[in-house]
Amino acid sequence: MVKLILRDKEYEVRPGMDLLAALEKCGILSESVIATRDGELILDDEILKNGDVIKLVAVISGG
Amino acid sequence: MKCRKCGSKASVNMRQHKLALCKEHYLEWIPEQVERHINKYKMFTHEEKILVAVSGGKDSLALWDILARLGYQVDGLYIGLGIDEGERYSSESQRLTQKFADERNLKLHIVDVEKEYGQPIPVLSELTHRGKGRPCSVCGLSKRHVMNRIARDLGYAVLATGHNLDDEAAVLFGNTLNWLGEYLLRQSPVLPESPGLARKVKPLCRFYEREMAAYAFLRGIEYIYEECPFAVGSKTTYYKELLNQLETKRPGAKLTFYLKFLEARQGGLFAEQEKIQATLTPCPNCGQPTSAPGLCSFCRLMVRAATTTAEITD
Repeated sequence: MVKLILRDKEYEVRPGMDLLAALEKCGILSESVIATRDGELILDDEILKNGDVIKLVAVISGG
Repeated sequence: MKCRKCGSKASVNMRQHKLALCKEHYLEWIPEQVERHINKYKMFTHEEKILVAVSGGKDSLALWDILARLGYQVDGLYIGLGIDEGERYSSESQRLTQKFADERNLKLHIVDVEKEYGQPIPVLSELTHRGKGRPCSVCGLSKRHVMNRIARDLGYAVLATGHNLDDEAAVLFGNTLNWLGEYLLRQSPVLPESPGLARKVKPLCRFYEREMAAYAFLRGIEYIYEECPFAVGSKTTYYKELLNQLETKRPGAKLTFYLKFLEARQGGLFAEQEKIQATLTPCPNCGQPTSAPGLCSFCRLMVRAATTTAEITD
């Protein structure tokens, strides 16, 4: 499985889909986050592999 | 996806520009574009002294980093708001800002609201009953006052803030929903200086929030990730989420919304500026310009806070 982490929430999706599809599945707007894997930025078309841990960084600040 | 410049794996994709770049070329592209916008809107020159207002967040620290990389004479101003219940938001943002400045050997001015004005922002807000349970309006008013005072007292020609395109589009959206003509006229990448008021500029106003987050990440800038506790659930956040839904379906919608607004404003769509511009006079207490007769809003706030404190102590 693939794990996505956003703040204190964790989501799991099946491997083989791209990041955009994974975000949609989790109900996360890709415009509102940047995604990292092993310390590198990854893009919406990145295919997620079994065991991947994707750390999402929320970009909206509301001040 | 491949970098348009070198063909290696891209790190950032900007759908509104149909442009994907690798880390190296993205970190070159951002300062080039900032410089282009500084010149386009005639924000400032390399001969002028710039004060950048830094909160410890990604946008203001990224702006400071970019301006320093571009070789501008830029110092920082951090305003300690005293929002420290629970997450210790202010203490942590000050620590990160100081660390950023120390690591790059940049000059940072710090103003602590409680030390200078007697109370931290949340208490000032309670004492003055302003802002419907949120201290955001007191916070905004105090920050504008302090930023202008420091810029003026220390001889900075320009005050720069880290507002990005999402900030600008959200404000524009809110002002348009309510047809606030006067606010719409004032929203601009540059507010020229006037007697008692420093020039204000927003060099990041054409970059998406996501691009600034990517820049901060790729540059290894450590910033305060947690939101200000009072901003959670704010109208601005809600408008940004709505605009991001639009952007997802129509890449470039936010950029077009903002740029077409600037064009329309420039073209005189809303009103003739002279007709609605209020006459400004110096506040008899602090000397900063105000449209109100007598004390400015900030000094009136201070008087109200002092009166309430005296009543409580009596």
